[in-house]
Amino acid sequence: MPAAIKATGLRKSYGDKLVLDGIDLYVPQGTVFALLGPNGAGKTTTVQILSTLIDADAGQVEIAGHDLAEDPDGVRSAIGVTGQFSALDDKLTGRENLILMADLHHLGKIEGRRRADALLERFDLRDAAGKLAATYSGGMRRRLDLAMTLVGDPRVIFLDEPTTGLDPRSRRTMWKIIGDLVAGGVTVLLTTQYLDEADRLADQIAVLDHGRLVAQGSAQELKRRVPGGHIRLRFADATELHRAAHLLTDAVLDKENLTLRVPSDGSLPALRALLDRLDATAVQPEELQVHTPDLDDVFFALTGRPDTAKEALR
Amino acid sequence: MSALSHAASDSATMLRRNLRHALRYPSLTLSVAGLPIIFLLLFVYVFGGALGTGIGGSRAQYLDYLVPGIILMTVASGSLMTAVAVSVDVTEGIIDRFRTMAISRASLLTGHVIGSLITTMFSTALVIGFALALGFRPDAGPVEWIATIGVLLMVTFALTWLAVALGVFAKSPESASNLPLPLQLLPMIGSGFVPTGSMPAGLRWFAEYQPFTPVIETLRGLLMGTPIGHSAVTSAAWCAGIALVGYVWAKTRFNRNRAR
Repeated sequence: MPAAIKATGLRKSYGDKLVLDGIDLYVPQGTVFALLGPNGAGKTTTVQILSTLIDADAGQVEIAGHDLAEDPDGVRSAIGVTGQFSALDDKLTGRENLILMADLHHLGKIEGRRRADALLERFDLRDAAGKLAATYSGGMRRRLDLAMTLVGDPRVIFLDEPTTGLDPRSRRTMWKIIGDLVAGGVTVLLTTQYLDEADRLADQIAVLDHGRLVAQGSAQELKRRVPGGHIRLRFADATELHRAAHLLTDAVLDKENLTLRVPSDGSLPALRALLDRLDATAVQPEELQVHTPDLDDVFFALTGRPDTAKEALR
Repeated sequence: MSALSHAASDSATMLRRNLRHALRYPSLTLSVAGLPIIFLLLFVYVFGGALGTGIGGSRAQYLDYLVPGIILMTVASGSLMTAVAVSVDVTEGIIDRFRTMAISRASLLTGHVIGSLITTMFSTALVIGFALALGFRPDAGPVEWIATIGVLLMVTFALTWLAVALGVFAKSPESASNLPLPLQLLPMIGSGFVPTGSMPAGLRWFAEYQPFTPVIETLRGLLMGTPIGHSAVTSAAWCAGIALVGYVWAKTRFNRNRAR
């Protein structure tokens, strides 16, 4: 498959601060690529470079067949960008915002209006089409923002933290929209702090930390490298706890909280096997929690520094 | 379409956007006329009697004397709005969207300049109309009026490019609204409100050589028939200089990468 995005050796620093320390990316056409990492990892800088907003200090980029350094306007005509901060005109209505984009893409009056109305319909904004963007809710703004990005029918779309700050429902709507986009054949590069988001949307995930790619692969491949999955059992008293601990030798004991941490991938068969073993010895846990690997675990596994991710996520 | 016609159509799109803003918030355009009108009322009715005597006439004659300076103040107020509007655009997310699109880079600024020319001329017409209602009686004929409009366009064009540069330069819309303040007050430290001859030596020197004075003298000459002398040429030179500085400054600042 030909590459939609190909970057080699991207470097960028601001003064003394090294932000990107040699990034290589390869994103095949029609796939979703997620850049996963905490704040300050260099995700936004990467998107800014790839979308022609800022220049890299070193490195080569080719997007949709256009060289970034030699033909930035060629790149611009092939891409659409939805940044982290809303890029709408608050003093225009939703529909006017879309028509502004259509005019800047030189679509012509009739085609521009047709496309604006189709996008309003598709993004469930028809009722708010005549209202000023300033009055939109967070989820609506994000949808309008993305709709504006799509007016020009871009082949490659950059989404910088598309769901950060959204409520769970808006987040799911956004996921569905992104899924539909890819079904339409476009290439998406998105950044996110959430493993579940990358897991759900991306074909390939690259983990970025301090300006370096520390791992790359599919969600399954990454999770296999992450030993953070476990089942957490809490018991009524110390006697029960020790009985269970005696049985489950690979578990980690927490006397203070009367809990056991049993390493597990959290799958149903694994869970059933564990419960069967407990049943056989009549140990009754008071509470059970399944913990699947999250970004903390990925970071712990990949960087050996659990706090980086946690601090950044707070 | 060629690159040039793209640039023209993108600028027209940006202009439409700015005019839509102006129509949606007419209070902003009106407020440009607000301060000059307050100054007009204040100086004609509170100080006008005394100042009229000072220039060897009456309150009515002082009104005629004052209007060119008030007109310039309106143009300066208009440039303040421009600086704020440009600053809002370049500090908010939408600028990044424009920068990642294959559009003419200058179109955003060009749209602001032409839009400001239109709204400022509108505000100026409002102020002149108000002055006429108060009893301003210019003796200008059609040719002088056309020349007056020409001078106003020239000054507005120059100050607008300067304002665009200040808007691009400012860190926030708040500071953008403060930067052009000296421009608004400059007509006072010139021949706008009182003849420069009545000022102490150092101040007089500044008042006579600052850019607004020849413009005021040109406007006064066109509207009231006072001698213009070489004020027209000096005005044109100042305006060309200010426009060029503003243009170059705005463009270089705007094209610079925004490192965040």
